[in-house]
Amino acid sequence: MIKLKTVRGEALMRIKEHPILKFDYQNEIHFTYNNQAMIGYEGDTIAAALYDNGIRHFSNSVVHDRPRGLYCAIGNCGSCYMRVNGVDNVKTCMTLLEENMVVESEVSVASND
Amino acid sequence: MIKRDLVIVGGGPAGLSAAKVALDAGMSVTLIERFNQLGGQLIKQTHKFFGSQLQYAKTRGFDIARILIDDLKGYDDQLEILLDATCVGFYPDKVLTVYQYGKYMKYLGGSVIIATGASEKVLAFENNDLPGIYGAGAIQTLMNIYGIKPGKEVVMVGSGNIGLIVSYQLIQAGVKVKALVEAASTIGGYLVHASKLKRLGVGFLMNTTVKKAIGKDHLEKVVTVKLDDRWQEIPGSESEIDADVLCISVGLSPLHQLLSMAGAHMLDVSELGGLVPKKTCDYETSIDHVYACGDVTGIEEASSAMVEGRICGLMAANHLGFKHPEAQSLEDDLNNQLCVLRQGPCGEKIRCGLKKVGEIYD
Ligand SMILES: Cc1cc2nc3c(=O)[nH]c(=O)nc-3n(C[C@H](O)[C@H](O)[C@H](O)COP(=O)(O)OP(=O)(O)OC[C@H]3O[C@@H](n4cnc5c(N)ncnc54)[C@H](O)[C@@H]3O)c2cc1C
Ligand code: FES
Repeated sequence: MIKLKTVRGEALMRIKEHPILKFDYQNEIHFTYNNQAMIGYEGDTIAAALYDNGIRHFSNSVVHDRPRGLYCAIGNCGSCYMRVNGVDNVKTCMTLLEENMVVESEVSVASND
Repeated sequence: MIKRDLVIVGGGPAGLSAAKVALDAGMSVTLIERFNQLGGQLIKQTHKFFGSQLQYAKTRGFDIARILIDDLKGYDDQLEILLDATCVGFYPDKVLTVYQYGKYMKYLGGSVIIATGASEKVLAFENNDLPGIYGAGAIQTLMNIYGIKPGKEVVMVGSGNIGLIVSYQLIQAGVKVKALVEAASTIGGYLVHASKLKRLGVGFLMNTTVKKAIGKDHLEKVVTVKLDDRWQEIPGSESEIDADVLCISVGLSPLHQLLSMAGAHMLDVSELGGLVPKKTCDYETSIDHVYACGDVTGIEEASSAMVEGRICGLMAANHLGFKHPEAQSLEDDLNNQLCVLRQGPCGEKIRCGLKKVGEIYD
């Protein structure tokens, strides 16, 4: 397997050894999250790549300004909405990462985790 | 509007099995799946399945998915598979609205089979919306499909088979499971799974539930509380556990929305997990030529979902005059398989629930 990395150094949350599954990451994909450069891998959803880069707080809720992130990971709930390439309310748990994607919190995220 | 003999919503074991039989009977089929791969729950299951040999027991879940998907090869002129496609509307005249890649499409099925599976139940407690709190399915998706750990230290809620299996999968992925919290006084799932976890050092907190979650932008601590024998909180019994992941595995409920939208007669049956369609012994709902199978008709297992799916495929074909080459022997065999799967004390709950929706079990 190629050496996995994120912009912060070594890939933090990737499973590198597993008794049953094999994860074979080939191509790096570069994207930005709230204007910060990030690295993911081909086959990642936006949410998976954000997790590996240490980001779990995606947006804030509209009415009560509560932190929001991944919840169901299969497109049921809408908790993972973000603005992607300028389009609001994209389900980041279902959308595959693409080169040069611009990923932003929809309602401002006060700290960057 | 695109017309097909049969439209199937949901590409899990139920939908895949239905497609195979309907194709063998000569129907034109569209299979609609909202994920980017077929297989439903099975693609996240790394363990070897329990159950009977006829339904691929002792095979790992994702390998069963591969078998069912391979079974659909060679039907190119009859079968259309739509991935990344969500059925968002379903009407009593068997029209379906499908959303795919930013566009809406309309389908009309001679027959329609709904095999949408289930969604996870949530638990009410203070701050239950903090990032870091998920259903067990989300954790499986992150780990087993994308190869990403959900965090460092996990508290699992629920000791049913799913809670036990996902705890084990977390450990396999190198994540620490700090505690397993269970409101009841006994473990819900198979004891073999539980003992394996105990040997690996996971603490089981019985008669306990989650009182609240603590954290600013994401989960930092879980506060648990003890319950008395009437399931009331015992004041002063709270304790704090440091954790960045809380996994809620307290059961599933059928994903009934499409059937409800079309106006199918629904019943609330607790043994089956919630709202399920009333159906005939031919698996037809109260709407003519609309069938349902798998977890959407009652939470059970992949083994029964596959058999039910095949029966639905056969019935959808029969009722529209398509002849499956082995129709009669297949029907008898499949009904027999279901009886075997549901016999004994383990099948009691499901038999009791199915009696309420119209299937007869003696
Ligand atoms: C941790 C775990 C362990 C398990 N272990 C076992 C075991 O050992 N043995 C066993 O027999 N069973 C086991 N099961 C249960 C088994 O996986 C399920 O019972 C089975 O997958 C149900 O099949 P299904 O086809 O009804 O639903 P699913 O597998 O849930 O498939 C439904 C499909 O429909 C799709 N869908 C839903 N809504 C829409 C829509 N509107 N438009 C388009 N597509 C849609 C979903 O994306 C999904 O792919 C386990 C389950 C879990 C979670
Ligand atoms: S996390 Fe539920 S829709 Fe994405």
